[in-house]
Amino acid sequence: MRTSETQLGAAGPAAAPGPSRGDDYLRHGTGIRSWLFTLDHKRIGILYLVSILSAFFLAGMFAVLVRTELLTPGKTIVDADTYNQFFTLHGAVMIFLFIIPGIPAALGNFVLPLMLGAKDVAFPRLNLMSWWLWVTGAVLSVASIVIGAVDTGWTFYTPYSTTTGQKGVVPIVLGVFILGFSSIFTGLNFIVTVHKLRPKGMTWFRMPLFLWAIYSTAVLQVLATPVLGITVALLAAERLMGLGIFDPALGGDPVLFQHFFWFYSHPAVYIMILPAMGVISEVIAVFSRKHIFGYRFIAMSSVAIAILSFLVWGHHMFTSMSPLANMLFSALTFSVSIPSAIKVFNWLATMYKGTIQLRTPMLYALAFIFLFTIGGLTGLFLGMLAVDVHLHDTYFVVAHFHYVMFGGTVMAFLAGLHYWWPKMTGRTFSEIGGQWGFWLVFCGFNLTFFIQFLMGSRGMPRRYYDYLPEQAIYHQISSVGSYLTAVGFFVVAGCLWRSLRQGAPAPANPWGGNSLEWWTPSPPPHDNFAETPVADDPYDYANWTYDPALGGYVRPPGRPA
Amino acid sequence: MGGTFWLPRRGSTFAADVDFAWDLVFWISVFFFVLITSLLVWFVLRYRERPGYVAQPASSHNTPLEIFWSVVPTLIVAGLFWTGYKTYLDMATPPAGAYEIQVTGQKWNWLFTYPNGYVDGQLHVPEDTPVRLVMTSQDVMHAFFVPTFRVKRDVLPGRYTDLWFEAIEPGTHEVLCAEYCGTSHSTMLTKVVVHERADYERWLAEASDFLRLLPPAEAGQLLYAQRGCKQCHSVDGKAGIGPTLQGLFGHDQPLTGGGSVRVDENYIRESVLVPRAKIAAGYEAVMPSYQGRLRDEEIAAIVEYLKTLKGSP
Repeated sequence: MRTSETQLGAAGPAAAPGPSRGDDYLRHGTGIRSWLFTLDHKRIGILYLVSILSAFFLAGMFAVLVRTELLTPGKTIVDADTYNQFFTLHGAVMIFLFIIPGIPAALGNFVLPLMLGAKDVAFPRLNLMSWWLWVTGAVLSVASIVIGAVDTGWTFYTPYSTTTGQKGVVPIVLGVFILGFSSIFTGLNFIVTVHKLRPKGMTWFRMPLFLWAIYSTAVLQVLATPVLGITVALLAAERLMGLGIFDPALGGDPVLFQHFFWFYSHPAVYIMILPAMGVISEVIAVFSRKHIFGYRFIAMSSVAIAILSFLVWGHHMFTSMSPLANMLFSALTFSVSIPSAIKVFNWLATMYKGTIQLRTPMLYALAFIFLFTIGGLTGLFLGMLAVDVHLHDTYFVVAHFHYVMFGGTVMAFLAGLHYWWPKMTGRTFSEIGGQWGFWLVFCGFNLTFFIQFLMGSRGMPRRYYDYLPEQAIYHQISSVGSYLTAVGFFVVAGCLWRSLRQGAPAPANPWGGNSLEWWTPSPPPHDNFAETPVADDPYDYANWTYDPALGGYVRPPGRPA
Repeated sequence: MGGTFWLPRRGSTFAADVDFAWDLVFWISVFFFVLITSLLVWFVLRYRERPGYVAQPASSHNTPLEIFWSVVPTLIVAGLFWTGYKTYLDMATPPAGAYEIQVTGQKWNWLFTYPNGYVDGQLHVPEDTPVRLVMTSQDVMHAFFVPTFRVKRDVLPGRYTDLWFEAIEPGTHEVLCAEYCGTSHSTMLTKVVVHERADYERWLAEASDFLRLLPPAEAGQLLYAQRGCKQCHSVDGKAGIGPTLQGLFGHDQPLTGGGSVRVDENYIRESVLVPRAKIAAGYEAVMPSYQGRLRDEEIAAIVEYLKTLKGSP
């Protein structure tokens, strides 16, 4: 049991709610060097945020170009080779530069030590190095566009990637190799931080669920990413030195590449979605003003997903493996759907009899549940062997993984970004602007991708430059949806940008959360907490009451917790 | 197009089984989608914050309930797995004595070699007969996909994969490449032509004899259309992946790395068998070799066809 006086001291929100004075982390040191070489996890989180949003913009532009080319059958704006480069770069930049580092490295870096009541991550220098490695990998990957943009698809399947003439293959896989180390170091840092820096009172089962999710993700990052590094190193060796690993002309095995690649890249799908689920667990509980339902089941389902995700990579090869291998991978693939289903039911149960506040982060979280449900259920079609044979490598798969990655991870990223925005920037954003952005992105997304299920189930293969005229209407609806989505993102960006300039100062606890990041001012001071806080149940909101004068929640001093 | 709203028409015996599996997972998904979405919307409406609304206390966990909603989905997906696997096993096991056709995928066309050695760019099969395709690729990975048959299988360089089907009625069906293979991936298309059983042998005998039955230039035109020349070489002067064939014969072709060559019978023969020996200036060296896949009299027929393509290249 805690009271505000004994544990938080004078800097606590109960004693001094509202914006901090003087030494907040944004004003602690000035000049470009104080940012580029900072060891402060909060500043590194902001560096990551700016970096990954730049990558998101670039990859989003490639998506719009892809959809524009597909407006009409045959040539619309570019030739087939350029189109192939567009979709390759859309995928590669989105996956390696945005969505894998997205929630853990940007939001996680900022929030994780705060949630632990810690001053920083366990290894601040390693953390800075992770970001610099990201920058190096990003520069190499983007340089490949100038050197000779790759057209292999983001999957770099052999022998296509080892035999086509594009000079960019080696730079981009080198970039991916370096980005892998960025991801490994972040994961390592977070594992040690969660193990060693938990505050007094925070047992494993009192950690916020976001930490469980980030922790499970970190284990995946450390164990799976080296396989990606080895795979792309072998690919580069084959291309440069003619080593015969994958190309049958040199005595290699092209399917081996797929096994190696997906041994990383399927766990990577969960590196992308697990942190998203963590964000949703926080946001649903806070905006339902109610304790999360089934905490242990949600926490353990994150761990279960992390373990099972290592055992399902074969479902990417259902059309090239033996029936026995297919049987095993199909069964294992279905098993991974159970922990995801448990989470969805628990989130719904959290809302039951709550007090639901439809603020912008909650809208994104509700959209996540809706879209992730579609993404997850359509995954069942693809897990069923007989049905997958028909749907494999069609637009059905494209729609499915966009519902999971975009409808899931990107929506959760936006939920988290709006949720922690006041904490990160010290500014509140316009609720009206935030909700407009949400509805445009939500409608645009569904318009773009729902129709692709139908295209795929009727037999349209993916990565096609040309198509039959009777499919034009489907493609045109999808392309219009992509433009609407793009407009939505500009509204989201405009709303957040405006808040930096004109937003009211944010209170310490604008949403009434009880995890420790809400116990320090917005933006937090350089050292995060004046005194190390003692944690209790992060989902007990009962003692926070809304103060309209402040626009945020306070814990009345002297009131027993 | 035909078929249902979601799926194309059915052209093979196991299409009905696949569609049954689809329907099963479709309706289970619709059930859960409606359940989850209704609860979501209902909770938002019923429990939203509003003046005068006071939340009732509710528990934060309920182990029997949570076990219930872990076990029920497990049983459902176990059923889905079994249904999918059973039908898949039928699709993965060709019956003994199936009619075999060899399939070669290459950038960017399909070649079908019939039991008598005849090669065609389209797949012709008899109805109501199990057909087994033994497939390999000359270059990168491709995938053989016939949506109306519900079959798909990767076609790999350096090894054989197979698939089988039994077409249920005469007609034609689309064949698509489903594994990304580069520039013309989306036009690596052909057709399956299903013949009545009685007609099939007659078709095969006539088709196999085209070199004798047709004048050489017409036979050459057929080979041009069927063996994959068409995918990269136009006959109307438009540059494609390779140079146009219009007016090519007798013309001086500039080469990559300088120099030029007079296009005659020997140059065409060399370009077909050893395509990388002399590369036309401005084009990539991407053409696969036809060594062992075009006979001398077939190359001669192609040369005769090229001679008829007058105009400026």
